[in-house]
Amino acid sequence: MREACNGLANSTLSHQLEAIYHRESRRVFATLVRLLGDMDLAEDAMQEAFNAAFQQWPEQGIPQNPRAWLVSTGRFKAIDHIRREQRLDKAREDLLHQLDHTAEITEDEQIEDDRLRLMFTCCHPAIAPPIQIALTLREICGLTTEAIASAFLVTPSTMAQRIVRGKAKIKTAGIPYHVPQKNELTERLDSVLSVIYLVFNEGYHSTQGNALTHPDFCQEAIRLGRLLLSLLPDAEVQGLLALMLIQEARRPARIDQHGDIILLEDQNRALWHQDYIQEAQQLLQDAYASQSIGSYCLEASIAAVHAEAMDFESTNWSRLIALYSLLQQSSPSPIIELNRAVAIAMQPSGNGGLSRENIQQGLDQINKLIQGPLNDYYLAHAAKADLHRRLKDVPSALATYQYALGLASQPADQRFLQKRIAQLQPQKKI
Amino acid sequence: MKYMLLVYGAEDAWTQQEREECMEESTELCRDLAKDGVFLGASPLHSVETATSVKIRESKRLITDGPFSETHEQLGGYYIVDVQSLDDAINIAARIPGATKGTVEIRPIVELPALADIPTGE
Repeated sequence: MREACNGLANSTLSHQLEAIYHRESRRVFATLVRLLGDMDLAEDAMQEAFNAAFQQWPEQGIPQNPRAWLVSTGRFKAIDHIRREQRLDKAREDLLHQLDHTAEITEDEQIEDDRLRLMFTCCHPAIAPPIQIALTLREICGLTTEAIASAFLVTPSTMAQRIVRGKAKIKTAGIPYHVPQKNELTERLDSVLSVIYLVFNEGYHSTQGNALTHPDFCQEAIRLGRLLLSLLPDAEVQGLLALMLIQEARRPARIDQHGDIILLEDQNRALWHQDYIQEAQQLLQDAYASQSIGSYCLEASIAAVHAEAMDFESTNWSRLIALYSLLQQSSPSPIIELNRAVAIAMQPSGNGGLSRENIQQGLDQINKLIQGPLNDYYLAHAAKADLHRRLKDVPSALATYQYALGLASQPADQRFLQKRIAQLQPQKKI
Repeated sequence: MKYMLLVYGAEDAWTQQEREECMEESTELCRDLAKDGVFLGASPLHSVETATSVKIRESKRLITDGPFSETHEQLGGYYIVDVQSLDDAINIAARIPGATKGTVEIRPIVELPALADIPTGE
């Protein structure tokens, strides 16, 4: 009986310890990075602090403030570690002196700031974007090198090298651990937002792999977005989080059982996560209230227009056209022009049905883009083919789909185009 | 930390007047950096046409005219500063007149303790 009780207590305790590790390890790491100024030293110190905790806590009980205990223990472990080093260089001596003479600050607020600092460090524009992403996933999210490697389809040793290179750059180039000053913040925030969005897209476009080996990057990115928003309330952070939430809301409806893409038009909207959509709408409302919206807010607003429509036909196309025009002003790109052209084509006529005139106008604009910057872009040709199909011009639609098929490189995209071609071809008798 | 800021650019991108203005602005920047206590040195370089390259191959000296590199941008000058972090160095780089037409490359300097003990000729 007694043993059974102990067993129960032990299993609860080990769950508690595991939960503390899960919740606190990256926070403790970020604070140790600030105190020690060295990511490798901080990683070792953090692991040693947890080892000590897992030995001592089962006997002595979990301290009141485990986070402060872990930071303080990690700091002592690092001091021991430095003292044990055979040869101390000047930098290490300075660090020891500094550690001996500064009181540690472990207020919760300060610790949260440490995570923000580290995020800006990992996403510093002086680091190559693929390395920024790897560092963020490893050091902020705490994913294993193996998991990141498998998601990016590289070997674990290649990914390990990438992370080592990133950490070496931070150390040798003197990339600081601090939140940028106000005058640099916008430029630096862009880089952090783009890393988070790249992480999200990595998850959104990968359909293969099981949950064990392939971490849910969409959820990781949303978590990062929430963390960033809690530390730095800014309209563009709200916009990015809203954008990711709406895309995530549609995820259950965008892939069929064969792993093929289902277009927005054909998605079962009942499968969309309404709670995510509502959260995104609230975020956008707050962002617009700040009156300093940028391109993430506009993209999220575009996604929200689709999310708010009961079905494809009742989409508010004129609002979409207006939003694409604003987006084109803030960050010009031919892809935005393409999307705007499609929205123009889809604008209904007076009686609510499709308008030949509007479709023709959209087609003209797409043709201009195809003759220009989007010559090789398969989606431009696919959009053109789709408008021919809607005009019931089967020969033009077929020829254009065939052309698009020649440009598409992803198997899922090719299957989609082949399906469209098969649907348009006259029924052959068997 | 010490950084070297290498200013690269196309030599024909400047008119004579622009070049003179650039020198004045650069000198002013050096004065500001000295006031902030971060200035270690700076200098423009003569045109790459005046450059000479030396190599030792099999114990023989090979002396040639210029570096005939394919790149359009040439090293035109440098600054050496001692600041807290890369962000400070970036802020200085952004104030260098050459950055408006060319590129400023920021390189952290390896600090060899033995090197620090050697007196300079000045």
